[in-house]
Amino acid sequence: MSVYIDKNTKVIVQGITGSTALFHTKQMVEYGTQIVGGVTPGKGGTEVEGIPVFNTVAEAVEKTGANASVIYVPAPFAADAIMEATDSEMDLAICITEHIPVLDMIKVKRYMEGKKTRLVGPNCPGVITPDECKIGIMPGYIHKKGHVGVVSRSGTLTYEAVHQLSEAGIGQSTAVGIGGDPVNGTDFIDVLKAFNEDPDTEAVIMIGEIGGTAEEEAAEWVKANMNKPVVGFIGGRTAPPGKRMGHAGAIISGGKGTADEKIRVMNECGIQVAETPSVMGETLIGVLKDQNLFDKCKTH
Amino acid sequence: MNIHEYQGKEIMRDFGVSVPNGHVAYTVDEAVEAAKKLGSDVTVVKAQIHAGGRGKAGGVKIAKNLDEVRTYADEILGKTLVTHQTGPEGKEVKRLLIEEGCDIKSEYYVGLVLDRATSRVTMMASEEGGTEIEEVAEKTPEKIFKEVIDPVTGLTPFQARRLAFNINIPKESLGKAVKFMLGLYDVFVQKDCSVAEINPLVTTGDGEVMALDSKLNFDDNALFRQKDIAELRDLEEEDPKEVEASKYDLSYIALDGNIGCMVNGAGLAMATMDTIKHYSGDPANFLDVGGGATTEKVTEAFKIILSDENVKGIFVNIFGGIMKCDVIAEGVVEATKQIGLTLPLVVRLEGTNVDAGKKILDESGLNITSADSMAEGAQKIVELVK
Repeated sequence: MSVYIDKNTKVIVQGITGSTALFHTKQMVEYGTQIVGGVTPGKGGTEVEGIPVFNTVAEAVEKTGANASVIYVPAPFAADAIMEATDSEMDLAICITEHIPVLDMIKVKRYMEGKKTRLVGPNCPGVITPDECKIGIMPGYIHKKGHVGVVSRSGTLTYEAVHQLSEAGIGQSTAVGIGGDPVNGTDFIDVLKAFNEDPDTEAVIMIGEIGGTAEEEAAEWVKANMNKPVVGFIGGRTAPPGKRMGHAGAIISGGKGTADEKIRVMNECGIQVAETPSVMGETLIGVLKDQNLFDKCKTH
Repeated sequence: MNIHEYQGKEIMRDFGVSVPNGHVAYTVDEAVEAAKKLGSDVTVVKAQIHAGGRGKAGGVKIAKNLDEVRTYADEILGKTLVTHQTGPEGKEVKRLLIEEGCDIKSEYYVGLVLDRATSRVTMMASEEGGTEIEEVAEKTPEKIFKEVIDPVTGLTPFQARRLAFNINIPKESLGKAVKFMLGLYDVFVQKDCSVAEINPLVTTGDGEVMALDSKLNFDDNALFRQKDIAELRDLEEEDPKEVEASKYDLSYIALDGNIGCMVNGAGLAMATMDTIKHYSGDPANFLDVGGGATTEKVTEAFKIILSDENVKGIFVNIFGGIMKCDVIAEGVVEATKQIGLTLPLVVRLEGTNVDAGKKILDESGLNITSADSMAEGAQKIVELVK
């Protein structure tokens, strides 16, 4: 079991003929992901890397039976691409594209209300269920199949956590990058809920950063609902207020969104927070041992 | 992106949002000329810098005649204002807004921001104009009223009316206040603002409603479709190192420590700063080289880090995902040679092609200290800059 994606997930790539998309498409295929088609308006009927290209998402879905889409479309057109995937009733749309205007995302979120599609991202590394399906841009080889769920606002920091876990022989059920933008689709709580319900996930590592209050809300949710241990990390303890730290959403404004406040609330809600990013894995392992879950999670 | 107050007011005027008449002035003579043109009894001379708190720092003066306009303009132009938002080094005033004074009856606050919790734009309003809204939020949160805006309808007149009633706008000014709010929302969505803050919004003796100050910030990601806004960028208001970095698509933020950092990924870059601090060091910057770093980009990143005189050592922390470690290693070697780097350099490489990357560093003959983890690297660089 896993969360959101598995070996049966059939994926199309929106914007497949772009160079970045093509590079990552090859990587995904190599990993074993079922890439069944691509969409680039105007290039329908052609093929890239042996993958059929369609003009519209609707056509791609009809011809391939895809149930997930990964979006590499450039920022000015990405919001439209997400809505097109939604209109075709995809189960999942994962948007890798960064720099989408906030007002576009506000419209997208409104458009998606009450519709079937789950959006992950934008500005995210994607989702991976090790050894089954990789959708996005993360390096596949650092992952190991197992029982720890990973959810994060940051790409490279997710790799750091996954790497520490795999090195210690702790595999992952699924790793979900929810992205660094202030308006995104799937949030921490959505993913935590899914991990909570996933019989194959024993514990969760949640990686947040400064800006907004998503971590605090997630921590409250964990306290009230989660029956599996959660450990955390918050990046940006030393970030100065009022400065956007790379990610559009990583900003302390009006005294809100500081790392210290997030860590305080998380601790209060029973989430152990790693002191430094280097001990994210260690912190989780400590908790697993305390709760007698270590042997179950250790990959042999 | 930030713009000046006078530029914000010009945009608002174009949208029919009421602001006092005024003109920008770069010299004392221009200031006097502008005041003559306005011909008002009272003229306000306002320093134009990208920071709030100008009034308290002596950057806003009320002139009763042209001589006073000359005196104040002369005094403020070229002066370095230190406010709570400029940092201790302050900002030099190079532009003035010369504006007609108005007969203020009451002051209010109106602002538009993104509410992340609802993923909607929200209008906030308060009777407590003229003070920092954060302060109001902390001390008297009941005095802030909010309307969450549906992007399909935009701000509706009933929402604007409700806000106006809630903040006790006098009856005779109600219609004008509603018009103001609706207009401000139009500016926000049509110009891709990220923040639009009017503090204070005032009612005047003759029932007018207008923005005495304006703070408009714009979504950098939308500047591709807001060419006229992009042209308003005032590079002199920004850190020259940050301007240089933006040319190469590097995300750089200057800090005041002595350890330069070069990292891939925003989250890892923040975490690297945190780790340095954890080992009692002080990061000199945030720098995300992004996923597609090339030798050229790495070289530019080094140059920018080194242009900060406080830097006594550099820590490169890379977790190669899509970016390959050997490419970064080549970039580091090339940049080190080109620049003739003499400061201590600690490099931590992990991820794709890490062995090839380490080999390149080892064989370069350069004085590079390698580290196997982020923690080890941070400890080493902290030790080396002591």
